[in-house]
Formats: sequence, structure tokens, C-alpha cells
Amino acid sequence: MWAYIVRRVLATIPVMAVVALFVFSLLYLAPGDPAAVIAGDQATPDDVERIRASLGLDRPYLVRFGAWVWDILHGDLGTSIFTNLPVSHMIAQRIEPTLSLMVVTLILAVSIAVPMGVVAAWKQGTSIDRAVMAFAVLGFSVPVFVVGYLLAFVFALELDWLPVQGYTPFREGFIPWMENLILPAVALGGVYIALIARITRATMLEVLSQDYIRTARAKGAGQRSILFLHALKNAAVPIVTIIGIGIALLIGGAVVTESVFAIPGLGRLTVDAILRRDYPVIQGVVLLFSFVYVLVNLLIDLLYTLFDPRIRY
Amino acid sequence: MTEISRRAAMSGAAAIMAAPRFASAQANARLLRFIPQSNLASIDPVWSTAVIVRNHGLMVYDLLYGLGADYQVRPQMAEGHVITDDGLTWTITLRPGLRFHDGEPVRGRDCVASIRRWSKRDVLGQRLDALADEIVAPDDRTIRIRLKRPWPGLAWALGKPSANICAIMPERVAQTDPFTQITDATGSGPFRFRQDLFRPGDVAVYERFADYRPREERVDFLAGGKRVNFDRVEWKIMPDPATAGAALQNNEADWWETPLPDLLPLLRRNREIEIGVVNPAGNLGVLRFNFLHPPFNDPAVRRALLPAINQRDFMNAAIGTDPALSVVPAGVFTPGTPLANDAGLEVLSGPRNLEAARAALRATGYTNQRVTLLSATDLPVLQNLSEVAADLLRRVGFNVDFPGMDWGTHIQRRTNRNGVEQGGWSAFCTTWEGLDVSVPGSHQPLRGHGSAAWAGWPTMPRLEELREEWFTAPDAAAARRIAEEIQRVALQEVPFIPLGLVRPPQAWRRSITDVVRGGSALFWGVRRA
Repeated sequence: MWAYIVRRVLATIPVMAVVALFVFSLLYLAPGDPAAVIAGDQATPDDVERIRASLGLDRPYLVRFGAWVWDILHGDLGTSIFTNLPVSHMIAQRIEPTLSLMVVTLILAVSIAVPMGVVAAWKQGTSIDRAVMAFAVLGFSVPVFVVGYLLAFVFALELDWLPVQGYTPFREGFIPWMENLILPAVALGGVYIALIARITRATMLEVLSQDYIRTARAKGAGQRSILFLHALKNAAVPIVTIIGIGIALLIGGAVVTESVFAIPGLGRLTVDAILRRDYPVIQGVVLLFSFVYVLVNLLIDLLYTLFDPRIRY
Repeated sequence: MTEISRRAAMSGAAAIMAAPRFASAQANARLLRFIPQSNLASIDPVWSTAVIVRNHGLMVYDLLYGLGADYQVRPQMAEGHVITDDGLTWTITLRPGLRFHDGEPVRGRDCVASIRRWSKRDVLGQRLDALADEIVAPDDRTIRIRLKRPWPGLAWALGKPSANICAIMPERVAQTDPFTQITDATGSGPFRFRQDLFRPGDVAVYERFADYRPREERVDFLAGGKRVNFDRVEWKIMPDPATAGAALQNNEADWWETPLPDLLPLLRRNREIEIGVVNPAGNLGVLRFNFLHPPFNDPAVRRALLPAINQRDFMNAAIGTDPALSVVPAGVFTPGTPLANDAGLEVLSGPRNLEAARAALRATGYTNQRVTLLSATDLPVLQNLSEVAADLLRRVGFNVDFPGMDWGTHIQRRTNRNGVEQGGWSAFCTTWEGLDVSVPGSHQPLRGHGSAAWAGWPTMPRLEELREEWFTAPDAAAARRIAEEIQRVALQEVPFIPLGLVRPPQAWRRSITDVVRGGSALFWGVRRA
């Protein structure tokens, strides 16, 4: 097991190298120029050229890529072209809101979606099943920002229960922290709940038709015991897989959700950096997201052994 | 033993729970929550030309001179100045008691270093750089500037309100290379910037500078006494207009600098919210041409468009149909400012005639070359102006290519001097800060110095001559005559077509009063009602 973990962690190195090369090349080829953005609407071409030279953007591709990789190998993600702050510092400032949003969304989604999927499978063909599936279709179909605006309108503007926007750090108290996260987490969690609920239902239906479930019933096991002890545990591997894959959905959704609810997280940092062509920040954030995603996949692989002892590494 | 009743216990608990709210309410009374127009990314108002950075600079830094709401320049940090009879030497004396945020006094040599850094970046600063024989500080309260030629507008330049402002910094900071950002935000303005709390893209925090000594005069835009009535101002960055609007309605913000025109009816329905034009100089809409390539390298083609331009159409698209939010007709100088005039303006203010424009274009021998009109889909005002321009160009008879792109791509493509087949461009719409284009000195769209000029690169020697004449105009009447001539020439050469003056409104809760008018959002004078 440990050897497997070490092998997988080491395998992230070439993955990250490919991501680094891909991100750098893509930004190099993409239209836009941070020097022109810095110089502003009123600048002359000479102004832009001077700024480009001062930022080192006039250097050849390979020189810039080499310098960037060298810095990364020394633990330096670079400095933002615009804010003049280290990228690692900017990421550190933004990581807590995003992490909070994702964790709350994850907990909310899993705790709602899995029971929903289980119940839908148990009550297959009934109005409960159809209601769950209708919710799942709705969750997939309605964009996050629309859900966000609707929630803000109802629960903040009309009912005045929750704030419209912003983020309160956890250290300032659980309740204020949570107040700022409920609406974004519900908005972001919609699609995630739909995804997990559908997969849970489909997997549970398959498991519930197995012989050992019939045997359990014949032995007189209770419905709850059948559903949660016998069926759900055996359905867990695909569910855990989809939860892991869904992390990518969450990362993508966080970009929109953070903009709608003015949460100062990594999603907004990424959007701002892309719009301004702040290359070091974009590269740093994308590398971080890639690394997180690789780690999540590793974690999911390890969880398989927990749910299915037949799996060995 | 005294018994405590259940009611008393509950009352006590309620009081304890309410206590932080009262404290919070008191703290909020001295806090101003502001939603700025965009993200504050840089803190250097000399390095960056972004309006948001200029606005930050006006809080943190003081200027030697300041513009009043009547667009006249007056001493601000300066106590006054003396000009020698030949007009070549300015001796500026600083007010006593000026201090930087680190407690150090503001000295002449701080101002000299600041002026020198600014003179490498700003358009008027560069003129000073070229004209100055000497910029020195004979003592701690004096700055002496010796010029090669007289320049009556020097005080205006040093106090110009538009980017780049001549922000006075400590000498150690001002010695930073002009093309490198400063890292130390120490200024001597009425607010101290809390760099330790700064999170770009999220929040910028300013605290009242207790040692700031405002002039003993009434508040007057950038001139006069900058009296601060809040202990703390927080700029909360909200990129999404709907969220910003909701935050203002929900009392999570006090003041929103740039409400989306589409949201104005909604905000107007809220009795707690007031909407007003804070900056009467607004932004001048501009249709800019590329002088290097056909078809707009031909002045007859540029002129052909004039009879078809309906400034009202452009303004309605940009800011809506409320006449208070735009001004037409607009000439090449900002309407309502001293140099605005109607010389030659009948080509834009007379009856509109699309057929005349079509005929004029045919007469030029236009051969259906592709016209690439750049837009910026992420900036609604520019995009709306561009949509109207694209439609008009097509109706006049141009073969229009109208690619959509974001601002970052747009502004890069603009630097491309090649023809449209090689990724260049033909025309674009933008807006210029009204204060910038209120005088020829800082009016970049009027510059005609070829490859060094603003994007479009026109060569118009006559306009350059007139600009030089304006710099040495002996009085206001002479300056106005020159401005009239500039407008006549500009409407013949057509380096750009003015599209009207956009006056974007701002929105604030009625608990905020005495908002200072004149230009950008300012945080002195304003107070909680």
C-alpha cells in the first residue's frame, strides 16, 4: 500500500510537468498582452513596448519557460505582473474561502444526494423516484449563476435571512462563516447533488437486483439494514468515483459562484488574472488546481480499498 | 440571597447578545463601504494609468495643486508660487505642517523626486521633462522649477486630476524606476492605505490619516479642504453588477460607483437609495480611426461618415435614454468645460443625413476594403457604442468585420500597426475621461505626431502646432480661440469622431450625504447623515 502511495505521488511529477508545459504554451499562444493592459487605453505603442521590456515579456519563449520552471523548482511561483505580490502569497490569501466553499458544498451535496439516490432506487417507479429524477434534471439544467441570483433574491433581499455577498473567515466565528457560505454552497451544490443522486440511484438499482440482496431479505433483514449495510456499501465504489470526478465540477463551478457571491477565492483570482493576462498568477493557480485534482484521484483510489476489500494495490 | 427571575435572566441574555450589535453599529457609523468600478490591482498611480489606481492615488497621496469643481487649478499642498517676470522660473512654497503617513515631514526634495518620476510617465509630465532646465529643492519648503520656455499651465499639469497624477511620495519611494511599481504606499494624503489588509480582487482598506492638515477652505473637488468624516473606508471589489446592486439594496454597501444602466430602474424603486451624477465631466465617447491603412487613411472617407453620425443613438445605447446621463452634441472637448465650443460643430449637430454619407463615401472611390471594427464584449459601454458604430458603418456602405473579443485581446490588437489582413484594425470605439479631454495638453486623441501618437497614429502637423500654441496661451480668451481652431481642424482631419458625453451615475444609500461632485468618487466631505 505504502509503496503504491509513493509510486502515485511520484507519478504526479510528470503529470505536473505536462500541465506546466501545456499551460505556459497555451498562455504564450493566447491573444492578449499584459503590457498593453497595464499601459491602459491611453498608452502609445512606445509605452507598451517599454512596459513589455520591463516585464521581460520580450524574451524568447524558451528563455521565459526555462526561467519559470527554474523558479518553480526553487519553490517560487513568481510575482504577479499587476499587483507585484508573490503568487504564492495571493494564493494563500484566497485559498481559505475556496476551500471552505468546496468543503461545505461537498458535505451538503453528499449528505443530501446519497440518501436521495438510495430512496429513489428503493421507491423505483413511484412519485418519489420521479421527483428525485426531476430534481436531478433541474440541477443539471439550471446554470449555477441563475440559481445563485434566485437564492440571493429570495433569502437575502426578500427575507433578509442571509447576506448577499462576501466571506467571513472561520476564525471570526462559525455562524458568520456559515452565513456567508449557505447560499453559495446550495447554488454550487445543485449540479453536484444531481450528479451524485443519479449515480447513486443507478448503482443502487443494480445492487438491489443482486442475489445476495434477495438472500438478505429471505433471512429477514430489515429494509434499512438492506439498503444501508448491504446495498449501499456495495454501491459505494462508483459513488465515491463520481464524488471524486465531481471535484473538477466544483472547481469549475466555484469560479462562477465566487463571482456571483463576491467570495474572494481562487476562482475569482483565476478569472481576474485571465482577464488581465496576469500570466504568473494563471500559471500558479492552474498548477495548484491540477495538483489538487491529482491528489483527489489518489485519495479516491485509496478509498476503494476501504469499501471493497477485494481491491488490492 | 437575591433571586434572579427567569424574565430578568432572559433580558440580561438579550442585552449581552445585543451588545456586539450596538458596538458594531457604532463602528459602522464611522465606516464607509464602497464598491469601486473595478479591481484595484496596482497601488502605484504613476506606474498605472488605470482610473481605479488614480482614484486610489487621490486618497493616499496629496497633490501640489488641485482642481476645483469650476475646473480652475488652485494650490493644495502648495501654499502658493511665484513666477519670475520672464515666466521661466517657478518657485513653489509648501504649506507648513505637511506630513507623510510614516510621520516624516514632507520636504521639497520629496516633491522634486516625485515630480521627476511622474515626468517620465505622464503626457504633461513628459512635456515638463523636455522643458525643464532644473527642478530643485533649495530648502525643505521650496521647490524651484526653471523652464526653457514659459509654460503658464504648469500648475494645471502638476494638479491634473487624470492619470497619471503627480502624486507626492517620500523621496525614498519616488526614486523607484518610473517603469517599476512602487511597493511602499506611504503618502501624505487624507487616507492611509492599509497594505497589510490589502487583498487585490477583494478588499482595499483606507484609514483616516489623523495628522493630515486640510486647507482652511471649504471642500471643492480636489482643491479646498479635504476634511474626512469616516475613520475607515473599505473598497469592496464586486465584479458582478447584480451582486453589487443587491449588496447596496441589502445595506451591505453604502456606495456603488458604477451601477449598470440596466439596473437603474430597480435601484430607483428603492427609497433608501439615491442616484446622482457625481462626475459632470463624464467620459467622452470616441470613434477612432486607423490612419495607416485604407480606407480610413483617406480624410475624405473619415469625413464621409460625419453626416450619418447621430450622437443621441450612441448615447442611448451606451447609457440609456435618460437625458441627464448623457450630453449631445459634443465636440472634441468635454461639454461643460471651459474650452468646449461649437466651432465647426454643425457637421455633427445639424440634421442627420444617411444618404449624404453614402454619396460622400461613393465619391471617395471606396473599393469595398474590409473595415475591422474592434469591440470589447466585457465592457458594456464600449460594446454598445461599437454595436451602433458597426451598424452605422454597414448602412453607410462599408464592408464591416466586427470580431468580438475581450478587453485584454482588444487592447493588444490595437497596438498592431499592420493592415487588417495581418491582424490589424480599422476603427474602434472607446471613452476618454472628460477631464482628460477638456484641454489640448492631455487630449491624446487630438495628438497628431505620427508613430508616437495614440493608437491610430495620425500625422496632423497643424493640430500639433495649435497644441503648442495652447501651452503658451497668455490668457483664457486666447486659450479658447485656440480651442475653437483645434476643433475646426479636428473636424476636417477627423482623427476621431466624438460620440457624445456619457455621464455615468453613481448610487449611494441615503444614509450617506454631501458626496463631493466634480470628478471621480472622493472620500472627503462625504459623511453619514
